[in-house]
Amino acid sequence: MNSAPALPAASRENPFPVRWTTRAVWIGLGLYVIYAAARLELTWERFVFGLGNGGRFLARMVPPDFTKMDLLWKGLSESLEIAVIATVFGVILSLPVGLAASRNLMPVWATWPARAFIALCRSFHPVIVAILFVKAVGFGAIAGILALIVASVGFIAKLFAEAIEEISLKQVEAVRATGASFMNVIFMAVVPQVLARFTGFATYQLDSNLRNSTMVGIVGGGGIGSTLFTAFQKFDYDFVLTILLAIIAIIFVGEILAGWIRRTFQ
Amino acid sequence: MIADQRRWERFTPQERLLRFTFYLVAVAAFMVSVQTVDVIPEFLYDAPEQVVDLFARMWPMDWKYYPKSVHEALIETLHIASLGTILSLALALPVGILAARNVVPVAAINQLAKLILVSSRSVNSLVWALLFVAIFGPGALAGTLAIAFRSIGFVGKLFGEALEEAQRGPVEALTAAGAPWPSVFLKAYWPQVQPAFWSIALFRWDINIRESAVLGLVGAGGIGVALDTALTLLYWDQVAVVLLTIFAVVILAEIIVTTIRSRII
Repeated sequence: MNSAPALPAASRENPFPVRWTTRAVWIGLGLYVIYAAARLELTWERFVFGLGNGGRFLARMVPPDFTKMDLLWKGLSESLEIAVIATVFGVILSLPVGLAASRNLMPVWATWPARAFIALCRSFHPVIVAILFVKAVGFGAIAGILALIVASVGFIAKLFAEAIEEISLKQVEAVRATGASFMNVIFMAVVPQVLARFTGFATYQLDSNLRNSTMVGIVGGGGIGSTLFTAFQKFDYDFVLTILLAIIAIIFVGEILAGWIRRTFQ
Repeated sequence: MIADQRRWERFTPQERLLRFTFYLVAVAAFMVSVQTVDVIPEFLYDAPEQVVDLFARMWPMDWKYYPKSVHEALIETLHIASLGTILSLALALPVGILAARNVVPVAAINQLAKLILVSSRSVNSLVWALLFVAIFGPGALAGTLAIAFRSIGFVGKLFGEALEEAQRGPVEALTAAGAPWPSVFLKAYWPQVQPAFWSIALFRWDINIRESAVLGLVGAGGIGVALDTALTLLYWDQVAVVLLTIFAVVILAEIIVTTIRSRII
């Protein structure tokens, strides 16, 4: 009776048992990589050949060409303008759409179409939307602006609807109990609860529109993207590097600014 | 006097000044942008006719184009997106570990890793694709690498943040038992961040399906090539087929991701 019962052997053997499902997932991923690489004809020789090419390419990029600053500045400022205008209109449009899509405040006949509209805005890449707008309104900044407005609505309206769905309904009830109209309920009970998060979304979207505005230019939507694409087609690789550095710098500064704005509004 | 001093105010004067500056700058930036942006109003007048024309040319859709060139390109797009995501996971894991301050407590290395992540995110996938097409020539290799390099920043940032939120307990226990650092990582950090890791991977795969659909516009393979061909030839009925295919695949990918996510998390 004085000896302690021996521990079952199994519980001492391995504190970290082998999980066969996890292992199967890893093996499956490995097999898929081999299959897909073969399917896409990604071979090692091609990669190595490309690396030599890449060396020559990089050599042509350095040193960056700082002589065409007026061209660079024209493209950059247009990109900034596109991003700012698209964010402002995107946010203004997202307010009613997001509100209509919030299931705790709105009836089903309002949320369903609003949600479908948001899903439609989200499902196409901004570049594809830009192609369609270039056809509709011609080359230039306006096509880029419209494409980014669509992208902004798809993103912010969704987040805004989710933010409204998470609010506390007590304040809504309290304001309603005073006999307030619908708009009063929105401005006195809903907006104060979501304003801080909403500024967060808006600054994030400005950041994201800035990134995307460098891209819509490739299909004719104006901005630094068109400058970049032209430089590529002219094999002006040293100017390409200048543009890339400028884009990275602007987005870096934008990220710092966005963080600063978020802290101000916390 | 005392009552006056104790009056409650939501913001300090400094906070109010900051907010006011922000609003002022925002309005000024918007005004300046609207006034200087290059918009040709004449182009806008016939926009409604152009849109009607666009839809008229798209309808009826040219379904024969799907088996001819779209299907093959669609499969290629799916492989580019999946392979690119897997490659980015492999590349982002070490960078994410280096960026986590609690795993690698050297500030210089953290900063370097963060710089890599920001650069990867700042350059758009289309721009990455342009670069890789110039290096490796047109085709799926350039597309896969573009997707992978664009995703490193996203995956690495989120993975690094997940690592920083990991609890100290298991790490200390294993370190105290004398475990070497690979074991500490595999048995203390990895089990804690594994759900976050798979969730990030799925999220990025969903985004990459969307992004890989347009890479073909710059010659990096996939369904974008079929789109580009149809656009250049102004065959809008074929463009419509490609767009509808992309739409269907994107919706399908979102459904798959939501289902898997609710299963494993």
